[in-house]
Amino acid sequence: MITKTAFAGSGGQGVLSMGYILAYAAMRDKKNVTYLPSYGAEVRGGTANCTVCISDEEIASPVASAPDYAIVLNKPSMLKYQGIIRKGGIMLVNSSLVDAKAEREDIEVIYIPANKLALELGSERAVNMIMLGAFAAKTGVTSLESLAGGMSDVLKSKSAGLVDLNKKGIERGAEYALHER
Amino acid sequence: MTEKVLMSGNHVIGEAAVRAGCSFYAGYPITPQNELTEYMAGAMAKLDDGTFIQAESEIAAINMLIGASMAGARVMTSSSSPGISLKQEGISFLSALELPAVIVNCMRGGPGLGNIAPSQGDYFQATRGGGHGDYRNIVLGPASGQEICDLVTKAFDYADEYLTPVMILLDGMMGQMMEPVVFPEYRDISTLPEKTWKIDGAKGRPRRVIKSLLLDVNVEEAHNWKLVRRYEQIKDKIQMAESYKTSDAKLTVIAYGIAARIAKSAVDRAREEGIKAGLLRPVTLWPFPERSLREAASNNTEFLVYEMSTGQMIEDVRLSLNGSSRIHFHGRPGGPVSTPADIYEQIKKYYPR
Repeated sequence: MITKTAFAGSGGQGVLSMGYILAYAAMRDKKNVTYLPSYGAEVRGGTANCTVCISDEEIASPVASAPDYAIVLNKPSMLKYQGIIRKGGIMLVNSSLVDAKAEREDIEVIYIPANKLALELGSERAVNMIMLGAFAAKTGVTSLESLAGGMSDVLKSKSAGLVDLNKKGIERGAEYALHER
Repeated sequence: MTEKVLMSGNHVIGEAAVRAGCSFYAGYPITPQNELTEYMAGAMAKLDDGTFIQAESEIAAINMLIGASMAGARVMTSSSSPGISLKQEGISFLSALELPAVIVNCMRGGPGLGNIAPSQGDYFQATRGGGHGDYRNIVLGPASGQEICDLVTKAFDYADEYLTPVMILLDGMMGQMMEPVVFPEYRDISTLPEKTWKIDGAKGRPRRVIKSLLLDVNVEEAHNWKLVRRYEQIKDKIQMAESYKTSDAKLTVIAYGIAARIAKSAVDRAREEGIKAGLLRPVTLWPFPERSLREAASNNTEFLVYEMSTGQMIEDVRLSLNGSSRIHFHGRPGGPVSTPADIYEQIKKYYPR
């Protein structure tokens, strides 16, 4: 069983961090994992995306033909990824920043007002972790505990305040995705 | 370190090099290999005897390697396609001088300045001897984070053993992609065979000369044949390839590096649908794994060569098979990356009926 997840948004939104933290959490869970970032000309405000593959088996291609899941933080990303996600897949949309609805009928689309939820927690810096928490809760690709553990490891050199905020973000996103939509 | 760490390919090269005993790195920035230069700046500073130089140019960096290698250090430089072109004179000199060195090419789209997208357009340059003169270099094409680590470790040993530059040839995507890697312990370089040729001061011993200007044609000819004998030895000893589902394959994809990873998923999908596809992945690009190819060909398969170029490795495939099999080609030059679905379509297109 292999899952391929695409993360996309604007540079500076924490898109690559989301992917990296998921990959790291999966590695801690003893899974095989690949993390493939877009790279190069992307800068703050430009496009950023990455693909994370997680599997119990050896992973052949880190490139996804049609990802199982996509987490999109802005409108251009939603328009792009709604076209390539596989049938039956799940797309999580940051509805605080995307004012449109997805057009696919054969995928599940979950709208999370991530900026609004993040502000309620005290900072918009939690947006990406809210989306990641919602993703983990809906898909079961990794557990919330693994995610929080992976995030803490990755950010251990940063401030304890950020780690706490992110933990709350993961929990809040999961709660919203499961119970409040 | 037996613990897995999640690292980009560029960083894996750096860490593996340090653990292999590399104590000299010179380089000049270029995307998509900048993370490696950055990593070496930090890593060399932590060593007691480490040297990191951000040189004034790629040409300067490769020439610094000549000096440091002559003095006996384990040395490395890295660049990306246009920068590797600039280094060719130095690589020819290293080869002529029989000096060990590890050179990393994290390939990008070309020719010319091209772009920073992943590509495999420098295969000819790497495997034919991109500089002047009759020489070859060992060229290794890793396809995973762990294999990058393993091959960089081997590269330093091959360079010392065969007195030759060794090139790690990967593409920008391999350089940027992160995978979990387990690194070997640090190499104790005092346990390596002594470099009896190095230039470290002649006090109390006869002087040594390392030079490539051999004006006597007979001496130069003899030197060329000496190199060829070593190349023959290398060809005999270090051909490496991965064979995947090849034993009953009717169509065998041949691809290296990231292209092979993508093709492997396509082969899996084809197999699920009863299509007998296989994958043969050259790991050593020079020497080319002719023996593995001939073995695969003896099973009566046709071949599909997939490269992120207009078709370079396919020439080695043709030379290895020498007309024995049908060979098809799919190429994407200049930066675009195929998906497994694209390659699956190519497999169906060329699958013999």
